[in-house]
Amino acid sequence: MTSTEKTPTLSPVADAPAAGASHEAEQAYFDALITEDSRVEPRDWMPEKYRKTLTRQVSQHAHSEIIGMQPEANWITRAPSLKRKAILMAKVQDEAGHGLYLYSAAETLGTPRHVLNEQLLEGRAKYSSIFNYPARTWADMGAIGWLVDGAAICNQVPLCRASYGPYGRAMVRICKEESFHQRQGWEILYELSHGTEAQKKMAQDAVNRFYGPALQMFGPPDADSPNSQQSMNWNIKRFSNDELRQRFVDMMVPQAEALGLTLPDPDIKWNEERGHYDYGPLDWDEFHSVIQGKGPCNVQRMQRRRAAHDEGAWVREAAAEYARKNAEQHAELMGA
Amino acid sequence: MSYASFESATRHSEGESIIAEDIATSGVQASEAVARYALALGDDALMLGQRLAHWISRAPELEEDIALGNIALDLIGHARFFLTYAGTAWGKTEDDLAYFRDEEEFRSVRLAEQENGDFGQTIARQLIFSYYQYELYTELMKSEDPTLAAIAAKALKEVEYHQDHATAWALRLGIGTEEANRRLQEGLYYMWPYIDELFYDFEPVAELPGVAVVPSTLRARFEERLHATIAEAQLQVPDVPQARGGDRSGVMSEHRGHILTELQVLARAHPGATW
Repeated sequence: MTSTEKTPTLSPVADAPAAGASHEAEQAYFDALITEDSRVEPRDWMPEKYRKTLTRQVSQHAHSEIIGMQPEANWITRAPSLKRKAILMAKVQDEAGHGLYLYSAAETLGTPRHVLNEQLLEGRAKYSSIFNYPARTWADMGAIGWLVDGAAICNQVPLCRASYGPYGRAMVRICKEESFHQRQGWEILYELSHGTEAQKKMAQDAVNRFYGPALQMFGPPDADSPNSQQSMNWNIKRFSNDELRQRFVDMMVPQAEALGLTLPDPDIKWNEERGHYDYGPLDWDEFHSVIQGKGPCNVQRMQRRRAAHDEGAWVREAAAEYARKNAEQHAELMGA
Repeated sequence: MSYASFESATRHSEGESIIAEDIATSGVQASEAVARYALALGDDALMLGQRLAHWISRAPELEEDIALGNIALDLIGHARFFLTYAGTAWGKTEDDLAYFRDEEEFRSVRLAEQENGDFGQTIARQLIFSYYQYELYTELMKSEDPTLAAIAAKALKEVEYHQDHATAWALRLGIGTEEANRRLQEGLYYMWPYIDELFYDFEPVAELPGVAVVPSTLRARFEERLHATIAEAQLQVPDVPQARGGDRSGVMSEHRGHILTELQVLARAHPGATW
């Protein structure tokens, strides 16, 4: 965090309204927190729409981490060296951990994890569309790390300053781990692009497939993203979709050159006047069709998640029953 | 020789504990017999790590995706130590040994190769294997071979957690519900025939007094502790015959070839490549 960015406050801007305070007083307190760029904490009153927006955003992020484990888990057992295998396992574990922090942050907004999980399993909640693409080759582990995690970092670093305290704090740790993930993706691609002809081809093919969908991870163009402004007014979102996308392209062009790989967009060109790289149009029809369930792996990803949930039901039930029996026994011993 | 003196930017844990790269760069060279011994222990860890890795993204709870993944990660780490050390005798790397040996050249026990089955079957395998490894590494820490002793010291800390994890789940499943008790009991029946092989005094052990642990000497303590946990979890010690062919040769195993097919497919498609 740079010195110009505001440090999250631990103490409220003003005395919080007492219980039973008028709606006007509560709203005024919330508005003051936002104006001061302070943090809203779980104990604070907040508008229903703020709560709902955040619950949706944080839980979608959690679901993305969990579904995102699948394309990478697909390569753990085939990783081409033991060191790569160990690194990939650690990375996928981190993703499960991110899911856990984020579900915990979402729970502080009042919706329990099992309800959020039901929303995912029943198809009522979304997750990032990028994970509906297949991970076909080992180079996809590199492309996912470099491009997908790279895009995620661009999106997520500003979220460390999100107005909702538990979310912002979860993002700090997540971003640290994501930057490690991006580096391991870079390293995989670097090894491949400096390896045999077959390895170079594998690396370029993976970048060709993941680049467009990675750019779409920032969401639709600003003109088609009507809810963004409200999130920006609430200090949840700090930059627009297009601003973040531009930042990402500017970051990736020199990195691709260093890797010796080509980004699959003939329109990429430095624009002296703007001080940014220009880039070509993205296929938004494809983006919307994947969101609507027509992606190559939508059904497969959900089927795997549901199978894990269903097949684990008896295990969770036994654990809960064991805990209940233990508590009962403890109560008896205590003479309750 | 102490491994604490090796500085490395990628060292994750401080102090005496060892990483695979330390062994590779230390200049230490295992004798032929020590290498064959280390190879067997490394193969066990590799096979079980590979099996457990399959649970990641398929576990009953997110916490278990992490726990089973972490155990798998530890085991792959142990495999890297042992295979790296074994390779010093033959001028081979851990990956030469993991990816470019054929099925009949592996020396893993069949228990480590058994299928995951349901969560009950996996916990049954974990329970038996982690109790065995706990005894093994407790003794191997005293080895006169400083590299084996250092690997065992590092692995034991992790295996203690594996044992706690397996024990906690044995109690939850055994005592929690009838269905869970039945499934874990079935898992124990399925894994039990492969216990003899864990305690088979395989070929280089007799040549290495004071260096290798004699597997058969671990059995009494292993049984005492494992049977106590099984009783506490309201389960039965299975009364089933032991499977023939418990000599680590793999001659009597169908699983090993399938595991290696998946493990080795990419590396073998690109011989000589680095990753």
